Amino acid sequence: MAELPNQQESLSLDTFVRGLWEENPVFVMLLGMCPVLAVTNTTVNAIAMGLATTFVLVCSSLLVSLLRNWIPKQVRIASYIVIIATFVTVVDYAIQAISLELYAALGAFIQLIVANCVILGRAEAYASKQRLHTTLVNSLGMGAGFTLALLSLGTVREVLGNGTILGIPLFGADFQPWVVMILPPGGFFVLGAWLLLFNWLRLRKERRLQAAAAESAYAR
Amino acid sequence: MHAEPLSLIFLNAAVVNNFVLALFLGICPFLGVSAKKETAWNMGLATMFVMLVSSAAAYGINWVLGELQLEFLRLICYIAVIASAVQLVEMFVKRFSPALFRSLGIFLPLITTNCAILGLALFQTAKEYDFVQSLVYAVGAGVGFTLALMLMAGLREKLALARVPRVSEGAAMSLMLAGLLSLAFMGFAGLGGSHG
Repeated sequence: MAELPNQQESLSLDTFVRGLWEENPVFVMLLGMCPVLAVTNTTVNAIAMGLATTFVLVCSSLLVSLLRNWIPKQVRIASYIVIIATFVTVVDYAIQAISLELYAALGAFIQLIVANCVILGRAEAYASKQRLHTTLVNSLGMGAGFTLALLSLGTVREVLGNGTILGIPLFGADFQPWVVMILPPGGFFVLGAWLLLFNWLRLRKERRLQAAAAESAYAR
Repeated sequence: MHAEPLSLIFLNAAVVNNFVLALFLGICPFLGVSAKKETAWNMGLATMFVMLVSSAAAYGINWVLGELQLEFLRLICYIAVIASAVQLVEMFVKRFSPALFRSLGIFLPLITTNCAILGLALFQTAKEYDFVQSLVYAVGAGVGFTLALMLMAGLREKLALARVPRVSEGAAMSLMLAGLLSLAFMGFAGLGGSHG
């Protein structure tokens, strides 16, 4: 984490955007991988999971931030877990009430949001030290970044493995779906491919910076 | 489901529906602690122990909550029990093997947020296993977890000596390897019945 302990961050656009790209919980920090791989076989599941996680992340971060001066240091992790578990129970019952179909598709992974390290990590590294409004913005950014990552896996896997997007067929009847993509190995492969892409972009940027530096040194 | 023989439950949890490679549970330690075979083995054993303790405790909690009709508290109780079990293992390891304690590092307390353990407790509840079946399921899951970790560690030890393109260094390569392992484990499908 970039922030120093006990130093309160002032609100800026960066507080939000950081979670989307620079500190993206999935692609950069490699946290919360289990739901990322498990429920991204269709786009709908990915969106639902992203929203549910964002809700829990924002609510629990706010509560942790509100209680940060009252929670004793020794029992903080246990307190955070209980707060998170409470909100997950709320989401669990809410999804069950809204759509049984979705509830069946996501299965145990709604309850497993409790064990998502993104949320506990935010509570420990950010919400327990920062004021309420920066916590709100930061956790919204992290949630958006997490949803973005789920979506980028979900769409690729659904298009390749099923030939549809959001259930709407994209290709003609002759399309032969690449079934392995919606099976477990596909999750590993697609995430690996995204990380390859990001590595390639990063290396290219570094090379260009080096080339530019060398050129300016030569010109001088 | 109650008639399911114990051997099938074990096989199902350990190989066919391997917790890591087929159900995507416990990916964080799978990627984080699989650099060396020795650490992987110890991590696997620690996780299996926590699994056994929490599985037994979860069975008891589920029964009590069912009697009191307080099922909505299930999740909170499960996670509290798991956190205590992890604390227990941590004190035990610190006392008897400080070297191991150092090598596991942050991943020891993080067993609490290992979804394989919470997942195990939730699955055994959903499947309505009795006490013995739950314990066998826990051992199977622990063996499966250790197996996946050891396989991955073996591959990565070899990989450390190989020259890979710079682009694919690090997590990208590990994920591709995990994908291949997962593909291999799909060959076991149907061996222990198809139900998840």
